[in-house]
Amino acid sequence: MLTKRIIPCLDIKNGRTVKGVNFVDLIDAGDPVELARKYALAGADELVFLDISATLEQRKTTLDMVLHVAEQVNIPFTVGGGITSIADVDALLKCGADKVSVNSSAIKRPELIDELSNKFGSQCIVVAIDAKCVNDQWMVHLAGGTIPTDKNLFDWAKEVEKRGAGEILFTSMNNDGTKNGFANEALAKLSETLNIPIIASGGAGSIQHFVDTFTLGKADAALAASVFHFGEIPISELKKELNNNNIEVRL
Amino acid sequence: MNIIIIDYGAGNIKSIQFAFKRLGITAVLSNDPDEILNADKVIFPGVGEASNAMEKLKETGLDVLIPNLKQPVLGICLGMQLLCKHTEEGNTRGLGIFDVDIKRFTNAVKVPQMGWNTIVNLKSELFSGIKENEHMYLVHSYYAEQCTEAIATTNYQTNYASALQHENFYGVQFHPEKSSTAGAQILQNFINL
Repeated sequence: MLTKRIIPCLDIKNGRTVKGVNFVDLIDAGDPVELARKYALAGADELVFLDISATLEQRKTTLDMVLHVAEQVNIPFTVGGGITSIADVDALLKCGADKVSVNSSAIKRPELIDELSNKFGSQCIVVAIDAKCVNDQWMVHLAGGTIPTDKNLFDWAKEVEKRGAGEILFTSMNNDGTKNGFANEALAKLSETLNIPIIASGGAGSIQHFVDTFTLGKADAALAASVFHFGEIPISELKKELNNNNIEVRL
Repeated sequence: MNIIIIDYGAGNIKSIQFAFKRLGITAVLSNDPDEILNADKVIFPGVGEASNAMEKLKETGLDVLIPNLKQPVLGICLGMQLLCKHTEEGNTRGLGIFDVDIKRFTNAVKVPQMGWNTIVNLKSELFSGIKENEHMYLVHSYYAEQCTEAIATTNYQTNYASALQHENFYGVQFHPEKSSTAGAQILQNFINL
């Protein structure tokens, strides 16, 4: 049976791992290659690297980092952040990334999703969506959640699926950084209306939150950062507990 | 050990090269017929769309060369699918090594299948030291139907052939290069064939 995936997320700036809490404050959480190796050994199913580098020079450092990760890590990984073109994706895949994740650039120019999935295949195109629930409406936000758009989460998710996304990484801004659990109602609705895998992101604080997002939220995978980086939830323990709750995982 | 990865511009092969490097082996990328014919082992990779990949094989004459190889050949993912008779993806005729057709998963399940699933009914030396129900990493929308050449079975929507063997030709739907230590063991077993 296909298992539920546990995905540590590493925010990368200038080749180092940092974690944004509520998308703002940054705390250094270490060397990405070392962290990646550690997570692969601990039983992580996949890794996501989000590049939040601002300058071209920093982006080159990221490509170098991707190459080192590919060289040393034997599980799949996705790289996202600042991807706007076929050339960006080509460079990342050539360095050994398995998938790429696009976000703001796809909102600004949705055809990018078609272009990327036609060129590289749906299987390596993840569309990340940051959304915030305001007055009962889930609205999509741009640029790491700083700029609101007029797009509704569910409409946009449907559109990206149609344009060839292979997977959706949904971050609830209401939940992100709170450690109060994932946005399971919205996740379940996404999972039921779409026919591609959904990764839950934002709000992980306890093992029970992961149980809930796979059962109530019907997520295919769950992503978290700080609870893993700072050792609050060891991955082996998490997976054992998921298994005890009859959730299929790779032990 | 001289391992060649067939280069026909279909997808990213860096991960496969790195996986062999972790086993202490340099796998060389090539589309040169002599180099491929003289290799000890041949890897036939593939990521992307079937009909485009098949076109690329035809442009370079690899569609004729590959079926005539005598050394162990390992098709991975789309590489495995192209070694089959026919695939629904782009209504494409394959190289016909494996006597099986490739179908698309229905919308009864999420497509693509993405993630770790188990392999069972393991029937080949390719799986020496691999236990039944081991997890492998898979990303695919099309699958090989269950058949007599199956050497591993996986369940997603239906029981399907997740690995195939015919004489010196092996094919795996999963990505051993991305499947942790068990995947590395399978690549080591292929080297040992």
